[in-house]
Amino acid sequence: MQADEMALWSDRLVLASLAALSACLVTYAVAAALAARSAGRAPAPILVGGPEALTASPAPVTSGDRANALRPAGTWLMASGAVLLVAAVVARGLAASRVPWGNMYEFGLTASAAVAVTFLVVRRGRRVDVVAPWVAALVLVLLGVSVTSLYTPVDDLVPVLDSTWLVVHVAAAIVAGALFTVGALATLAQMVLSRGGREGRGSSELGDLAHTVHLVAFPIWTFAVIAGAVWAENAWGRYWGWDPKETWAFITWVLYAAHLHALATGGWRRRAGWLAVAGFAAFLFNFFGVNIWIPGLHSYAGV
Amino acid sequence: MGWGRWAWRRLTSMRTAVVLLILLAVAAVPGSLLPQRGVASDPAAVALFYRDNPNLAPWLDRLYLFDVYAAPWFAAVYLLLLVSMTGCVLPRCACLWREVTAQPPAAPRRLEREDAHARLTVEEASASLTAAAAHLRSRRFRVVETDGEVRAEKGHVRELGNLAFHLSLLVLLVGVAGGRLFGYEGRVAVVEGSTFTNIASSYDALTRAPLADPADLEPLEFTLRSFDAQFETSGPRLGEPRSFTAILDWVTSDGAGTTEVRPNQPFDANGTKFFLTGHGYAPQITVRDGRGDVAASGPVIFLPQDQAFTSDGVVKVPDARPTPVALEGLFLPTAARGADGIDVSAYPGLVNPALLLTAYSGDLGLDDGGAQSVYTLDLDGLVEVTGDDGDRWRATIAPGETVRLPDGLGTVTFDGVTRFANFQVARDPGKEISLVAALLLLMGLSVSLGVPRRRVWVRRVDDATVEVGWRHLGRRRCADSDSAALTAALEHDPDNHPESAT
Repeated sequence: MQADEMALWSDRLVLASLAALSACLVTYAVAAALAARSAGRAPAPILVGGPEALTASPAPVTSGDRANALRPAGTWLMASGAVLLVAAVVARGLAASRVPWGNMYEFGLTASAAVAVTFLVVRRGRRVDVVAPWVAALVLVLLGVSVTSLYTPVDDLVPVLDSTWLVVHVAAAIVAGALFTVGALATLAQMVLSRGGREGRGSSELGDLAHTVHLVAFPIWTFAVIAGAVWAENAWGRYWGWDPKETWAFITWVLYAAHLHALATGGWRRRAGWLAVAGFAAFLFNFFGVNIWIPGLHSYAGV
Repeated sequence: MGWGRWAWRRLTSMRTAVVLLILLAVAAVPGSLLPQRGVASDPAAVALFYRDNPNLAPWLDRLYLFDVYAAPWFAAVYLLLLVSMTGCVLPRCACLWREVTAQPPAAPRRLEREDAHARLTVEEASASLTAAAAHLRSRRFRVVETDGEVRAEKGHVRELGNLAFHLSLLVLLVGVAGGRLFGYEGRVAVVEGSTFTNIASSYDALTRAPLADPADLEPLEFTLRSFDAQFETSGPRLGEPRSFTAILDWVTSDGAGTTEVRPNQPFDANGTKFFLTGHGYAPQITVRDGRGDVAASGPVIFLPQDQAFTSDGVVKVPDARPTPVALEGLFLPTAARGADGIDVSAYPGLVNPALLLTAYSGDLGLDDGGAQSVYTLDLDGLVEVTGDDGDRWRATIAPGETVRLPDGLGTVTFDGVTRFANFQVARDPGKEISLVAALLLLMGLSVSLGVPRRRVWVRRVDDATVEVGWRHLGRRRCADSDSAALTAALEHDPDNHPESAT
């Protein structure tokens, strides 16, 4: 297949994925609305009677049941969106004959795929579907911004990016970023839920998810920063120069370090969540703000 | 004495560490928003900011806001943090040592208060205890068996990783300080065909650390044999760089050779590295003076001003007789008439090269001993050369063309175009230490966040009952598979034997 045809297929797959994720978001939204309605009518949780109660008297179909039936459909739609996205990323890489993260559009595309895949992996075995719509919404926004504002046709790399460290450093940053994203959403959801005093409704499982994700993400982010420093030494002759991109990577690292320390500090456990969210905000600013508004050595990425 | 102890406790507490970490993150922010001295992307940024904000800039400067990462207040935050951390970590090292050399502690009285607890009915309690001890040993727990109780513990390496991570930050500080105290960094532009000799006066800029030995520059020289640049020739990214290659013929104390230098592929001469960081054009210009003698000849570096390599430069001809001359020029590799009627370069490659000149005559001020940039003219004492119409004299010439200056000042010939390459030169004797520290940091971090630490006790209640209690010494609950496998071992279940358990 020709390279430009491959690029076209990548674009089509992105559009298909946008459609699947939109459908996913609508499905989740309807499920959430139905669940809220049923919670309003019957405050008692559905499975309170235990399995015997369910088999003994088949209950009439309620909006809560419909919500429960819709949620797996939403998850399936998200999974198909993720598969389409991964295919789009692969097609983009084949079209360019290099790793598909050589400019901001490609970074946004690959990061969207990474967030969706990461969430689908970490949700297994956990009751954390309350954040699923938010993950879908965030992936949609990121992908939408990438397609509408950051899109660039397939092209070769600028010479300074032509290095194996591009593969290692940026891949690590994308994986860590996807984990940070899921961690931040879970943290926010947990803080909202526990503020309402509804501790039992999955808030501790959300906290556990966020903590696990952050524990995995932090070493990967550390590795991404170190790999970046090695690359910088190889390209510019110094491993750390306080370039804005480096500075914000450092700020992100320090905020997440503060988050992990705060979790183990008496009186700081509640505030720890805000530190994780601040770390994620610094990560986002590093990708969008630094690339777009601040001149620096990393400004070649082709906005 | 008591007050000092209180202050030390406060400083080394986790709460202080969290606050200092937040402070460090906040303190790093202004340096990314304001221009910084010594940050590579644009050396003129601070001067430009001063010009645009003449009232604000001196105040920011007094607060070290143009040197954030060398500021005393920034250093105060990270040094306090490192002291706080060391004060916290060293006692923990001693504590870890005591724990590793000690036996796992005795079971607490009430095992049901632990993180996980089970009461199991077994055939014979003492046999089950023996089986549990064997099982835990096979899972690399440290095990102590007493009468009626098995005590086991695993995961000290978690704390070891944690301590290694924190101490590696001190090693990193040593590595960074090594570079800051003993290294040097320089910049030099080398024209095709010319030779660079590694002595201080050859550099356009050379920053040496306070303790670096001035005689320590690596003895070497190289000639830039050629420089090649390729640009995108079509499409929306027209003119974007695609490849740069510089070919160097070098001589060092080890011998001689030829090396290709590209971005990401520096020339390494015994630890002094030459990085290709930029390039530009050096038009070859010959100036004949009013008497017809050659007063200046050769390539002149013109500094690029934009992505399409519109470049400007000056030619100083103090030796021109009877009148010294200076030329100010704009070089366009691909000249095109812009929308507003001004000539600009449309493409960074050499498609339609043109040199736009204006001239001055008079005293160049080179003899009064003051330092002058080779890229700018000191206009004091110079007079604009005007044409016959009384307007400022201007000329546009292509390679091979010669133009006559008014008033019998002489002629200017544009002989051709050569390129120059910019090299960033760096020697950092601390970087290997920093790399080792970074790897240690990464390993320590992965271990301390990835390895769970727990204790388990198995106690005989009566002949047919044992009690199991798990304690997690960390925030994360450990995998259920461990407790399931232990339960299976206690019950002698052949289907769930420890060796087959996952």
